[in-house]
Amino acid sequence: MQVTRDFSHYVRAAGQGLQHIDLAVEGVHCAGCMAKIERGLAAIPDVTLARVNLTDRRVALEWKQGTLDPARFIDRLEELGYKAYPYETESAEATEVAESRFLLRCLGVAAFATMNVMMLSVPVWSGNVSDMLPEQRDFFHWLSALIALPAAAYAGQPFFRSAWRALSAKTTNMDVPISIGVILALGMSIVETVHHAEHAYFDAAIMLLTFLLVGRFLDQNMRRRTRAVAGNLAALKAETAAKFIGTDEISQVPVAAIRPGDIVLLRPGERCAVDGTVIEGRSEIDQSLITGETLYVTAEQGTPVYAGSMNISGTLRVRVSAASEATLLAEIARLLDNALQARSRYMRLADRASRLYAPVVHAAALLTIIGWVFAGASWHDAIVTGVAVLIITCPCALGLAIPTVQTVASGAMFKSGVLLNSGDAIERMAEADHVIFDKTGTLTLPDLEVANAADIPADIFELAGRLALSSHHPVAAAVARASGAKSPIIGAVEEAGQGVRATLDGVELRLGRPSFCGAETLIGAGDTLEAEASVVAFRKGSEKFILSVRQGLRPDARGVIAALKARNVGIEILSGDREPAVRAAADALGIAEWRAGLTPADKIARIEELKRRGQKVLMVGDGMNDAPSLAAAHVSMSPISAAHLSQSTADLIFLGKPLAPVVAAVDFSRKALHLMRENLWLAIGYNVLSVPIAISGVVTPLIAAAAMSGSSILVMLNSLRARSVSQERV
Amino acid sequence: MEILVILVPLALALGLAGLAAFLWSLRSGQYDDLEGAAWRAIADDDPPQEAQAKR
Repeated sequence: MQVTRDFSHYVRAAGQGLQHIDLAVEGVHCAGCMAKIERGLAAIPDVTLARVNLTDRRVALEWKQGTLDPARFIDRLEELGYKAYPYETESAEATEVAESRFLLRCLGVAAFATMNVMMLSVPVWSGNVSDMLPEQRDFFHWLSALIALPAAAYAGQPFFRSAWRALSAKTTNMDVPISIGVILALGMSIVETVHHAEHAYFDAAIMLLTFLLVGRFLDQNMRRRTRAVAGNLAALKAETAAKFIGTDEISQVPVAAIRPGDIVLLRPGERCAVDGTVIEGRSEIDQSLITGETLYVTAEQGTPVYAGSMNISGTLRVRVSAASEATLLAEIARLLDNALQARSRYMRLADRASRLYAPVVHAAALLTIIGWVFAGASWHDAIVTGVAVLIITCPCALGLAIPTVQTVASGAMFKSGVLLNSGDAIERMAEADHVIFDKTGTLTLPDLEVANAADIPADIFELAGRLALSSHHPVAAAVARASGAKSPIIGAVEEAGQGVRATLDGVELRLGRPSFCGAETLIGAGDTLEAEASVVAFRKGSEKFILSVRQGLRPDARGVIAALKARNVGIEILSGDREPAVRAAADALGIAEWRAGLTPADKIARIEELKRRGQKVLMVGDGMNDAPSLAAAHVSMSPISAAHLSQSTADLIFLGKPLAPVVAAVDFSRKALHLMRENLWLAIGYNVLSVPIAISGVVTPLIAAAAMSGSSILVMLNSLRARSVSQERV
Repeated sequence: MEILVILVPLALALGLAGLAAFLWSLRSGQYDDLEGAAWRAIADDDPPQEAQAKR
């Protein structure tokens, strides 16, 4: 059988006889990597472009059509020491990139206009109290109008459109008061200018747009960046399948290119990337990622297999089934949809603030106008004061209050190994007061480890490890890893479903099932063996040893549990695994509340029960069976090793082996929520101080501009505090 | 005061030139990778000719 790799799915034409591919690359962090990769790839003949994007951690490559196979780039990067994988931009990501560019363009236009209008406004402000002639003032006002009107028409689009959408749907949002404020201020300013008045508000209106666009852009950019990195991670998990393209020829293709009805080969030690049915072969399957069950199930002809399960011992041929059929995935997707719908009712802090804000501001402006008319002022003066109220209560500090904190906090969390998947995750995370852990793959590591390594003589253990190097079996891989063996034993033979044997210096070595090594009698004797462990035997000549291989707890799980308890958070385990396995983990970690053998629906039921009691649940899980409960919980977190579905459902994703990012996420988000609230109070405080001045009718554009930028800058500076939390760590 | 007739349009023209430069740099993708650009500026040697040729 010949193995080829087919990445044509990802290659697109770039024009002028060139082809283009984007690769997600792991481990690019610095300028050194960037130069090394670019030089290494550009050295390949016929490559016309090799450019690393350090923000998105991707490489763009172009080459002359038909001259190169994209697989060559992956190999070259591998030689250079980087793992890479073709990346296909999702349509959602492409839209966000376009939107982010549009916001930046609007921001550029608004900033330009602000600077120039200010240049004209400052002489007017200072001239009004000294020696400016009315003709000069009018000239400057007209110039301001000339700059501000087209600029506002262009840069205000994001707000005007959103406000219009909200009004057509008969609701209001933050953009409605913004749009009304800006349009009224500009309209009023034109009227004032025509009437040769002392004050115009062009500067205030355009500056308001600039500050708001800064907030909008930061918000957008944070989400775009996390989506890009999360997309890379998904690609780097390299979900490929060996598809049969003839009767006995296979090609390694990306999962995205697999269609229902295709036949794929599933080798021992491989994770299945598709849903399907076994049509040939016999093996054991590890479904822990799907059901949470750590014991292996037997797979033979007719057995359904699901994406995410690991093939253990034999080679299988699998016919891919349509995902729309009544597969496990479909069942989970249904639960997921229901759960996600329930969550969409959550109101973000910014929305809640703006819902209160809009009516208050409009009422204040209206009352000001009515009040002044009753007090005997002319309609003109009353309206001018009303507009001043609208401007001074500008929501720009309010618009910056949340996105700036989110941006700073997400950067800080990124450094502690936590990625944000959704914008409001920080707020919901901060509210969590009850943490539910899944056991398999979350509290425990996704890879197996040898539990009784200390009981085995070191030289024997190393020998077992060297023998294990010859096998793909995950249990053997665990033995090899634990022993630190580097050189395989030459001439080792693997017997499918049994184990590996070899002869070294005339002594026969065997590693595998206890029966394969003739070590059945030893099993009962080992009291130290734990309930959830798999057992393998090692035999050297007549010496026999038993190795207990199990899923180890994450290295700092105990400390993390203690740290969470110290933060006044309830802790619970919900697992699909068998009772003894869950009990052992719960006892080791000191968690009193745990449930075992649960189905996805059971987990959701428990979460709903907690919700009814008014608790905000943080769900931490990795399996496909956890995806619905991740969506049902108030907020959710997944390790990067999680099944694809869980990862895309979770609000936060954490990287690496330790569990500590869970605590970091709690700390950072609590601090961030605190700062968001503080910012809102700062913004409101400013308004409370400035509104009476505006209502009293003495406000000049200078005061309005100063109050507005002062509050915005204060809010931005305050947000920077989200960078660090008090260093009380696990 | 006639000087304003020259100075104000001049100031605006300079501002517009800056805006045009910003829009051009945005269009040509110079804000796509701010982190990488920061490092490229202080890199010891230039990236390969082929890579420089485009964009």
